[in-house]
Amino acid sequence: MTNSRRVLPGFGLSLGITLFALSLIVLLPLAAAVVKSSGLGWEGFYEAVTTKRSIAAFKLSIYTSFWAALFDAFAGLLIAWVLVRYSFPGKRFFDAIVDLPFALPTAVAGIALTTLYARKGWIGQYTYAWGIETAYSPLGIGIALAFIGIPFVVRTVQPVMVDLEPEVEEAAATLGSTRLTVFLRVILPAIFPALLTGFTMAFARALGEYGSVVFISGNKPMKTQILPTLIMEQLDQFRYMQATALATAMLGLSFVFLLVINLLQRWQLARRGGI
Amino acid sequence: MAPKLHTPPSRVLTEPWWVRSLLIFAALAIMTLMLLLPLFIVFAEGLRKGWEVYLSALTHPDAMSALKLTLLVAGVAVPINAIIGVAVSWCVTRFDFPGKGILMTLIDLPFAVSPVVAGLIYVLVFGQNGWVGPWLIDHGFKIIFTPWGVILATIFITFPFVARELIPIMQSQGADAELAALTLGASGWKMFWRVTLPNIKWGLFYGIILCNARAMGEFGAVSVVSGHLRGFTNTLPLHIEILYNEYQFAASFAVASVLALLAIVTLVLKSILEARIGD
Repeated sequence: MTNSRRVLPGFGLSLGITLFALSLIVLLPLAAAVVKSSGLGWEGFYEAVTTKRSIAAFKLSIYTSFWAALFDAFAGLLIAWVLVRYSFPGKRFFDAIVDLPFALPTAVAGIALTTLYARKGWIGQYTYAWGIETAYSPLGIGIALAFIGIPFVVRTVQPVMVDLEPEVEEAAATLGSTRLTVFLRVILPAIFPALLTGFTMAFARALGEYGSVVFISGNKPMKTQILPTLIMEQLDQFRYMQATALATAMLGLSFVFLLVINLLQRWQLARRGGI
Repeated sequence: MAPKLHTPPSRVLTEPWWVRSLLIFAALAIMTLMLLLPLFIVFAEGLRKGWEVYLSALTHPDAMSALKLTLLVAGVAVPINAIIGVAVSWCVTRFDFPGKGILMTLIDLPFAVSPVVAGLIYVLVFGQNGWVGPWLIDHGFKIIFTPWGVILATIFITFPFVARELIPIMQSQGADAELAALTLGASGWKMFWRVTLPNIKWGLFYGIILCNARAMGEFGAVSVVSGHLRGFTNTLPLHIEILYNEYQFAASFAVASVLALLAIVTLVLKSILEARIGD
């Protein structure tokens, strides 16, 4: 492929379009955020990011995103397992519905979840009877974030599970392992890199999520306000500097996650190539 | 391959029936509660006050203008991103050059950025106190709080969709067919229209479908740059939010059901195309 540049046409044109579009649409606006927040100076930046409300929002965002992604890891593993290993009526339908959170606009998901989990909602009436507040609480935020993240886990684990070779499991069984041991010692290690990648993707997506959370969170300062809704509130009050500082901090967080996901995917590729 | 002398009993590769049933039941219960119920309640709530309220919510002038803007935004953003996506995939899968890895990571960046942050960075560039905003406003172009801002933010959010679907497909296809066409004397563009495009058409369509679903449904980024001006910069998702916050729940869900239908159509097309691309 190294020599194909001399044969195949369109290198200059396609690279030109790519670099032009990437700079204009993605890089330039991102640079604007970084430059604008550097106008605050280090101290101003630090001050904006460490106000009581900012810290509370940071904590709540990370806390709810982590638990939602962890729930997704378990539920997603179960769903992927059932979709790959077993046959049952309606399997194609359920396989397609896994992608619903990708296809359904977040605002629609947001109002639907809020209505379901509110005090008089179809699900809320039962949870509230047990004394569990599912709307306008951190739990409600977690529910919305788990909804958004579930396809990431299923869709990263599923293809790896399909590629697993039955011979390895057969060998383990022949050597006297129980089914549970085979799962824990053979299957789980093979899919673990994919599972961790899916978890990290769900986590990253949850940290930035806005539409599906804003309705169910109630957005009470210090209690149910996450980072994106805090940024939105500051924008509504024309406090652009604070909003920009928080946004830059979030961008930093996104970069770290992007890096981790890239490394995990490389690990996963090495693993799959090695088997 | 050596003949199989001993076929292990198939039961060593699966679980006892009661474990299987339990796992299937648990997975389906989770999917029903988490995914199907929210989809179902959109239609149930939308129709709760009857067809008349439902239809009048959809035909309200504000809803119609939101629908028009949503179609316009997708109509501009999706073709632009489709062209960029094809160019990106061509240069990344057919050529080697320094910095390719970094380039591919940068293309995925919009997926990693929170929608609210995406909207904000556009305000920082094009807003009243932004980088080029004041100059543009002086010359009669207002971008933030106009449909232009909504379109730009949507292009950012949906930037990676087409490239992401095309790159693996073009990588696995390789350049043999294209090289053959060139050897037989086809010009570069002829090769593109007659060989490349027909080979990637289903993958391209797949990327466009996903891009379109996100473009029509984008909420956070659009919310920041639109300014929520009714009849001017409101898209369908923003209109849903306004109705909901005004406690017009039935109307809000009625409009939401249109987008839920779009999601269902997207999922159906997606699973049809996946079967086609898989062949």
